Amino acid sequence: MNWETVIGLEVHVQLATKSKIFSGAPTAFGAEPNTQACAIDLGFPGVLPVLNREAVNMAIKLGLGIQASIEKKSVFARKNYFYPDLPKGYQITQHDLPIVKGGHLDILLEDNSIKRINITRAHLEEDAGKSLHDTFPGSSGIDLNRAGTPLLEIVSEPDMRSAKEAVSYLKALHSLVRFLEICDGNMQEGSFRCDANVSIKRPGDTKLGTRAELKNINSFRFVEHAINHEIQRQIDILESGGKISQETRLYDPDKDETRSMRSKEDANDYRYFPDPDLLPLTLTDKQIQEIKSTLPELPQEKHQRFLDQYHLSAYDATVLMSSRALADYFESVVAIVSNDHAKLASNWVAGELAAALNKDNIDITDSRISANTLGQLVLRIADNTLSSKTAKTLFEALWLDGGDVDQLIEAKGLKQVTDTKAIQALVQKIIDDNPAQVADYRSGKDKLFGFFVGQAMKESGGKLNPQQLNDVLLETLNQNR
Amino acid sequence: MALTAADIKQIAHLARLNIAEHDIPLYTEQLSRIVDFVEQMNAVPIDFSTLISASDEPNTPLRADTVTEIDQRELLQSIAPHTAAGLYLVPSVLDDKTPKDIDYVE
Repeated sequence: MNWETVIGLEVHVQLATKSKIFSGAPTAFGAEPNTQACAIDLGFPGVLPVLNREAVNMAIKLGLGIQASIEKKSVFARKNYFYPDLPKGYQITQHDLPIVKGGHLDILLEDNSIKRINITRAHLEEDAGKSLHDTFPGSSGIDLNRAGTPLLEIVSEPDMRSAKEAVSYLKALHSLVRFLEICDGNMQEGSFRCDANVSIKRPGDTKLGTRAELKNINSFRFVEHAINHEIQRQIDILESGGKISQETRLYDPDKDETRSMRSKEDANDYRYFPDPDLLPLTLTDKQIQEIKSTLPELPQEKHQRFLDQYHLSAYDATVLMSSRALADYFESVVAIVSNDHAKLASNWVAGELAAALNKDNIDITDSRISANTLGQLVLRIADNTLSSKTAKTLFEALWLDGGDVDQLIEAKGLKQVTDTKAIQALVQKIIDDNPAQVADYRSGKDKLFGFFVGQAMKESGGKLNPQQLNDVLLETLNQNR
Repeated sequence: MALTAADIKQIAHLARLNIAEHDIPLYTEQLSRIVDFVEQMNAVPIDFSTLISASDEPNTPLRADTVTEIDQRELLQSIAPHTAAGLYLVPSVLDDKTPKDIDYVE
């Protein structure tokens, strides 16, 4: 039977402020338990929350980044529920009047088409603490360092129709918050967390099916697994005559399954009311304009410019856009090699360099090869000094020990052979050494051509210009065919 | 508005209050009177949004994003009934349905 999947995502983005949203306690990750939780975070009697200006500015940046409406008046409410990691017994969050309404993100689909995902809202709130269940028998340990860390919860419309679309949206949002420098995007440390609302319905049905909310899906890979697993679970239930119950399910990455969880509050009865300790947040056009003037070029604008200016494929542009630093690095390389060789530069940045960074687990900002050096290397490929093979050898040497591109080419003898006579002499030697293969090739075994290319490259240490070698080989081999 | 015994039980559950069965009629009567009084106040024609925007200080004050608090864990934990390794200890909130790495905000 045919089913259509409907997915909406709620993403909690930890804002990269130095201090908490309502207190002056630090937000740095990894501190000793409870050393960064002050009386305000702990909800001691008599304390008052005061809103962090930078958290507000970051929310405005996100709103501008998704072409949303920045609300001139937003209100903080208390969301009441009992859980040990929520010391006040309520979470301060924006409910009826969030700071950001509407907006959208365009995502790239597998067939290279663009789909617009609408965003419902984004609101400011405080994070809860953490519970540790394993260490003390019969007890849970509570670390409240994270309590009060500013969060921006970004809620999408149920516009996604597959797990892959959900991952694309999540990646686009991840890229955006890092471009805007409002979040470090570290999913392992919980700086960027995703809940997914998943339901299925018959194609054409206007009414949405009953949804399940999936929590705890904190990597791009898990998002896809968790959603696909949940879709199959719902299909199995409906096709065997059952009914989906609205519930919260938790994804267990170890078992690759979702399972029903006890809710933090039985009846979602959060008894919201405006927080009497906080006046409404009002913004002026001037404030919003000031922040707008500080915005960097946004990922979608940059993506389009990469297509227009450098004639990259949508895929290449997307890879380079995975972080602002990588995109900046690429543009620094292009500044050296010129737009004519932008595609070649893109191949090296998104290919060899990205792989090396990944392998050694290094961020682009700490790359062992500077954009300037990689630019010199690409230039030497472009002017035929290096073949792709010798360029890789040089790249490895630069990555391990650094050095000057031209000096290393000389010192390591990596210069590509482009002298036709030298290539002809080497080709003749290969032909003389392999009479049986030559006879076979000339009698019609065209596939042997690769064998001769391989022998010539082996003999020369990979230094022959591939195109020239092909031409000379073809000419020589076909002489007596 | 008359509350029912079931309402009282639900409210007690949400507030994590353990109330005795024989006290329920009393609470039902008292809470119903409180709700009636709130409804009486609700009937007064006041636009609360106007009240807020008419106040002298319509905007919530904002603070600079600087760290001003020092680590006072020892002092703050001195009133906690149980602590260990810097953590507050509470009766286990883990049940057999809850994975051990549960970590989310509502």
